[in-house]
Amino acid sequence: MAQPLVKKDDDRDDEAEYSPFLGIEKGAVLQEARVFNDPQLDARRCSQVITKLLYLLNQGETFTKIEATEVFFSVTKLFQSRDIGLRRMVYLMIKELSPSADEVIIVTSSLMKDMNSRTDMYRANAIRVLCRITDGTLLTQIERYLKQAIVDKNPVVASAALVSGIHLLQTNPEIVKRWSNEVQEAVQSRAALVQFHALALLHQIRQNDRLAVSKLVTSLTKGTVRSPLAQCLLIRYTSQVIRESGVNTQTGDRPFYDYLEGCLRHKAEMVIFEAARAITVLSGVTTRELTPAITVLQLFLSSSKPVLRFAAVRTLNKVAMTHPMAVTNCNIDMESLISDQNRSIATLAITTLLKTGNESSVDRLMKQITNFMSDIADEFKIVVVDAIRSLCLKFPLKYRSLMNFLSNILREEGGFEYKKAIVDSIVILIRDIPDAKESGLLHLCEFIEDCEFTYLSTQILHFLGNEGPKTSDPSKYIRYIYNRVILENATVRASAVSTLAKFGAMIDSLKPRIFILLRRCLFDNDDEVRDRATLYLNTLGGDGSVVETDKDVKEFLFGSLDIPLTNMETSLKNYIQNPSEEPFDINSVPKEVKSQPLVEKKAPGKKPTGLGAPPTGPTSTADTYERILSSIPEFTSFGKLFKSSAPVELTEAETEYAVNVVKHIFDRHVVFQYNCTNTIPEQLLENVFVIVDASEAEEFSEVGSKPLKSLPYDTPGQTFVAFEKPEGVPAVGKFSNMLRFTVKEVDTSTGEAEDDGVEDEYQLEDFEVVAADYMVKVGVSNFRNAWESMGPDFERIDEYGLGPRESLAEAVSTVINLLGMQPCEGTEVVPSNSRSHSCLLSGLYIGNMKVLVRLSFGIDASKEVAMKLAVRSEDENVSDTIHDIVASG
Amino acid sequence: MATFLSREVCPTIKNILLLDSEGKRVAVKYYSNDWPTNSAKLAFEKSVFTKTQKTNARTEEIAMLENNIIVYRFVQDLHFFVTGGDDENELILATVLHGFFDAVTLILRNNVEQREALENLDLILLCLDEIVDGGMILETDGSIIAGKAATNSNMDDGASLSEQTISQALATAREHLTRSLLS
Repeated sequence: MAQPLVKKDDDRDDEAEYSPFLGIEKGAVLQEARVFNDPQLDARRCSQVITKLLYLLNQGETFTKIEATEVFFSVTKLFQSRDIGLRRMVYLMIKELSPSADEVIIVTSSLMKDMNSRTDMYRANAIRVLCRITDGTLLTQIERYLKQAIVDKNPVVASAALVSGIHLLQTNPEIVKRWSNEVQEAVQSRAALVQFHALALLHQIRQNDRLAVSKLVTSLTKGTVRSPLAQCLLIRYTSQVIRESGVNTQTGDRPFYDYLEGCLRHKAEMVIFEAARAITVLSGVTTRELTPAITVLQLFLSSSKPVLRFAAVRTLNKVAMTHPMAVTNCNIDMESLISDQNRSIATLAITTLLKTGNESSVDRLMKQITNFMSDIADEFKIVVVDAIRSLCLKFPLKYRSLMNFLSNILREEGGFEYKKAIVDSIVILIRDIPDAKESGLLHLCEFIEDCEFTYLSTQILHFLGNEGPKTSDPSKYIRYIYNRVILENATVRASAVSTLAKFGAMIDSLKPRIFILLRRCLFDNDDEVRDRATLYLNTLGGDGSVVETDKDVKEFLFGSLDIPLTNMETSLKNYIQNPSEEPFDINSVPKEVKSQPLVEKKAPGKKPTGLGAPPTGPTSTADTYERILSSIPEFTSFGKLFKSSAPVELTEAETEYAVNVVKHIFDRHVVFQYNCTNTIPEQLLENVFVIVDASEAEEFSEVGSKPLKSLPYDTPGQTFVAFEKPEGVPAVGKFSNMLRFTVKEVDTSTGEAEDDGVEDEYQLEDFEVVAADYMVKVGVSNFRNAWESMGPDFERIDEYGLGPRESLAEAVSTVINLLGMQPCEGTEVVPSNSRSHSCLLSGLYIGNMKVLVRLSFGIDASKEVAMKLAVRSEDENVSDTIHDIVASG
Repeated sequence: MATFLSREVCPTIKNILLLDSEGKRVAVKYYSNDWPTNSAKLAFEKSVFTKTQKTNARTEEIAMLENNIIVYRFVQDLHFFVTGGDDENELILATVLHGFFDAVTLILRNNVEQREALENLDLILLCLDEIVDGGMILETDGSIIAGKAATNSNMDDGASLSEQTISQALATAREHLTRSLLS
């Protein structure tokens, strides 16, 4: 230091030399600790040794049991010294060593002496040490002193006792609860922190007694709480009480809201913020209630303190998720935060703006963000990308600028997670915004031209194979794909080959060119690439004859594997372990999804979005049903699925087992799909099936069923029962159901089920198959045209008296529901007070018969409703049947 | 260590860290069980240090890391951190940091740097002991904290002198605060 001009590095070396702990070594320090045993104590030296011991512990060094005991015993000797500083170090050391119960006894008397000493510093610290190391038995001995200490006039002593009480409440609640009176007295203390500690302890003592907490809050919110920390606590307790009491339904007022709002004018920022935060998370908060809180948060946004700005923008960000409109007032302040030095604040500001922004501000915002993106870390960028994706879904018209933004940042430097987030976002936008498809696919193509991540390249190629052929000009993608075959590693080359094959399968005109490219791949130096090329050339008929790709090939190329991968993996492992001559049979792999371990379920519920999701995009429920049914061999002979009903609940809400039924109608069969959910974590149900009593459905006869092997907690499963019925006839009937199963107890901690189960059954509600089940709602755009073109050949007209009805509207909706047809041109809506109404319906009847219906209703003064029903269809039987349905309904 | 039953209700400090300019420990104190082993603690310190390293935290700064909120402040080669859960009121954490920082400044007589801190490590450890007890905030006023810790001036005379040290410390505190207010 004598030479101020020395280089910085030397300077640092110099400093390191200077560290009082340089070269410190545990063994040596433990040797040094023998000075504690000297008859003539050198307090300063002892302090130094303790500091060294604490330094070692602080650096992560550990003492063996023997070492710790030895140090502990010699440290206890130091109670002889009257040096205050040394005593403090002794206290620290004892706390760090956390001695065992038999060792505690050695120091108890010394500490108890200190607890009653004249020196307040001794008293406060001795209380904290003793409470830290003590157990229940000792606690009863010192309880008297602690109660006194709580109401001691010295705030440090009182706080020490109260805080110790908070810790002891966890281990010895029955003892601490006896201190209520003293704690209550301490809540009135003039010392700010004593009040804070007393309030915290009092609340914890009473936390299970709602009424007491409510009383505590009521009395304190009226009085004066001095300490800001105590005020924050009170705000939290108040929100708790509000949560539990709910809004006063008569006046619409929220109890204690006035108190929270009052706190917004407190002088301590800590309290203001706590209150604002509490208001924003009130359940069902109204805009009127929010406004004052937003106003103070807005002021914080322009504070000079980063902590305050961060706190405010983070809270507003959360509010923006539920009440974006309430936050828009802060948009200007938030925009200036985009350039904030603290990047956390800037990111929060941007994502908030993206949530609250309106369509017109998008472009301006994107410009600002572009500058911002270059100087933040990847983790922040991902947050921004996610926000932009949701913004784009909100304003699909703005897809152009947002998609451009995404493609620009895709070209810049970035890590895998960040790139994946961008690619996922583009994929989602392509899926949800049809207009964005072509430009999005091209952006992805350009990206894989220079992509260092094999995973992303393969995923994009896969996606391209599914979406590319459906675009207006698929041939332009071929170049990008074939470039991969030339330039990339084997994994990417293999997926590019698959993608080429998909283009070939879908577009016949491209086939010859695809074949040329695939044939070139036959000379690849990687097995997998060559194998794939050979396979695809054969399946697509690449031997020269250009034939239309048949359905099986498309299924093979595009169909997803309907076997759970985990099952496949286990089966393959078994196959390898037990070698046999037989080839592996994919049909031997069980298709049931195995119950997942509970731990896995608790993992943050990531939705399968982006590339991870099935490539076909969201499928309609009808498709799903069809897939499920066709995967069950017993039902494949039933032909094409005509209609699946909406699920009908067969259990009350919140029962042990939730079951609903979906009625699948085929030409000559019906299949009931029972969707079962087990809501008891301690149970595993096995061999679940439904016994159906069809005695009130004479035309139906049971032909088969498929039980559910196992139904673990919270994982829905299905069991099926199939019935035969006369062809084309709208057979109706009532079915009563009984759920049968074997119950096994499950240990929720391990997820293991016991071996032995008990047979049990559970009564479900009845349901009916009605005429409407045979009708599919199919609308027509122009009813008059459809009606005319159908012609009057099979028209049937009749009149019906519907008897007294509540209203005309009620009569109309009853008939619509009875027929299960699609109302056209908004005619299902009956203007109020009208005396007559016409309604147009269309539908598809079983056997794929188009049916159109004209209904004319009239109501008289006595609410008697009359109806004229005109039916036109492609078959007179069908027209008659419609009349039969109405006549019997 | 005590588990916090009503953690969500009571303001809770998870740890206080004092690191040097290379991210090494000067003094640390953990109050929560989120980092059960020493290596977990070291890993946390490393990530906190790397994340905040490049910022200029002459005044209190704030960051989020692994669902924790960290308020921090750097002076010369000393880095001060206070960590709380992500539901914690940021301003309460900042108040604790403020208390810790002021106390250390007073104890080191404005000479806030690593060597001075290590030489007065006993006082800094006492400081930590007086700010938070098992996660519960004990005291937030820097001068009071420093006053309590400085009782331990290593001059081994009677109680009268330690009284004097308190008033000395308080005088320094007052002087320091006035200065910081005026500046």
